[in-house]
Amino acid sequence: MIPDLGKYGFEVASAYAVSILLLLVIVGLSWRQSVAQRRVLEAAEARKNG
Amino acid sequence: MIALLLRDLRLATRAGGGFGLGLVFFLIVVVLVPFGVGPETAILSKIASGILWVAALLAALLSLDRIFALDFEDGALTLIATAPIPLEAMGLAKATAHWLTTGLPLTIAAPILGVLLQLPNSGYSIVALTLLLGTPALSMIGTFGAALTVGIRRGGLLLSLLVLPLYIPTLIFGAEAARRGTAGLDATTPLLMLAGITAGCIALLPFATAAVLRINLR
Amino acid sequence: MSLWEYANPKKFMGWTGPILPWAFGAAGLCLVVGLFWGFFLTPDDFRQGSTVKIIYLHVPAALMAINAWMMMLVASLIWLVRRHHVSALAAKAAAPVGITMTLIALMTGAIWGQPMWGTYWAWDPRLTSFLILFLFYLGYMALWAAIDDPDTAADLTSVLCMVGSVFALLSRYAVNFWNQGLHQGASLSLDKEENVSDVFFFPLLVCIAGFVLLFFALVLLRTRTEIRARRVRALQLSEVR
Repeated sequence: MIPDLGKYGFEVASAYAVSILLLLVIVGLSWRQSVAQRRVLEAAEARKNG
Repeated sequence: MIALLLRDLRLATRAGGGFGLGLVFFLIVVVLVPFGVGPETAILSKIASGILWVAALLAALLSLDRIFALDFEDGALTLIATAPIPLEAMGLAKATAHWLTTGLPLTIAAPILGVLLQLPNSGYSIVALTLLLGTPALSMIGTFGAALTVGIRRGGLLLSLLVLPLYIPTLIFGAEAARRGTAGLDATTPLLMLAGITAGCIALLPFATAAVLRINLR
Repeated sequence: MSLWEYANPKKFMGWTGPILPWAFGAAGLCLVVGLFWGFFLTPDDFRQGSTVKIIYLHVPAALMAINAWMMMLVASLIWLVRRHHVSALAAKAAAPVGITMTLIALMTGAIWGQPMWGTYWAWDPRLTSFLILFLFYLGYMALWAAIDDPDTAADLTSVLCMVGSVFALLSRYAVNFWNQGLHQGASLSLDKEENVSDVFFFPLLVCIAGFVLLFFALVLLRTRTEIRARRVRALQLSEVR
């Protein structure tokens, strides 16, 4: 199923790898910050109400 | 406004004012370059005008954080802001003072240091001319950057990070004009662009400077 | 009801919450389909060989790198004029996404440049402009990080964004003047005869849609995080009092 990338196989594959990695990093970071911030907020609201 | 300008000049030339520091830094960078790239005359004379421009730019950068920081710390900036002159004029006066204490001396020193870098004879006047045209823009942009970071403790590094990208167009046209002039080519277009950038900066950036100062003094 | 009401922080949280998973889902779908299509199902270019497949990452990332800055500029203006907090926070939220896009465009460009031009980097106008854009993003993010008071930070970064935009544009023309480039002209435009051929164009379109959606979803997610952070800050201040 892997297409024949010819002599430039390494370049194409590494371009895809690098880009997908960077996209995953920014998505992962955003996600983690979001979850962490939500926890902090819930804790703060619980303290305020409780 | 003139009183403010004179006051800044006096403060800068007083001991510890950092008047000579920029010039000494300029000299040291120019001396270091041949150690870095080797002493061959051909290479040095080719890159001399560019080195002078980059070194002048870095030397101008060095004294930027003094423009507002000291006045901000001792509260003088708030007093000046309440004085009956517009903040825009005050920004312009500060930039002028910075230019007179760094830009102008650098312009005068550049041809002299050109000797050390084997600058070709055709290059002396054009390098001085481009620096004369370009350094006011550097001072004005730098004043804006200094106003932006005035409220930040240890803002010096951040100031460089913010100001250096803004310096790029000035550097490109200034160094390009100097290079073309040195090589004996027609340098009219980059010279006009350089003058245009300087005029635009002086016309518009005082307003941006005053705006960020108002925010920082809020 | 006016459009601006959607910018009320509470309303914003209300309407973005439900659409966030959809936005991420659509972005993921478009990216998977577009990249799969591009990587596996398109032919090689007769001149560039298989490296043409890098276009599916390079062009959308470059497009979004510039559009992200434009979006930040618009959001900054809205903040300065109408004082909508969500607008300032959206600009802050977009910067890290924009810088990632710039980095992808630069790195895929470098990887593409090696076999095509024989060098990873050339001081070509387009490449240089992107490097400068990268520096502007860095400065913008550093200024946000350096200021404690959120409103001051929003004001100052907005002014920096406006001044920076002018200088970024100026740099674009300066580098054009400074050096003639290796880079080809625009590969996508509406009014030109000579676009990339359809075989490459449709998967490219899907990829662009994917990048746009991903940017949208990420900015929403990050803006929500910033709003929550702002709320925590307000709660903490009221506790101290």
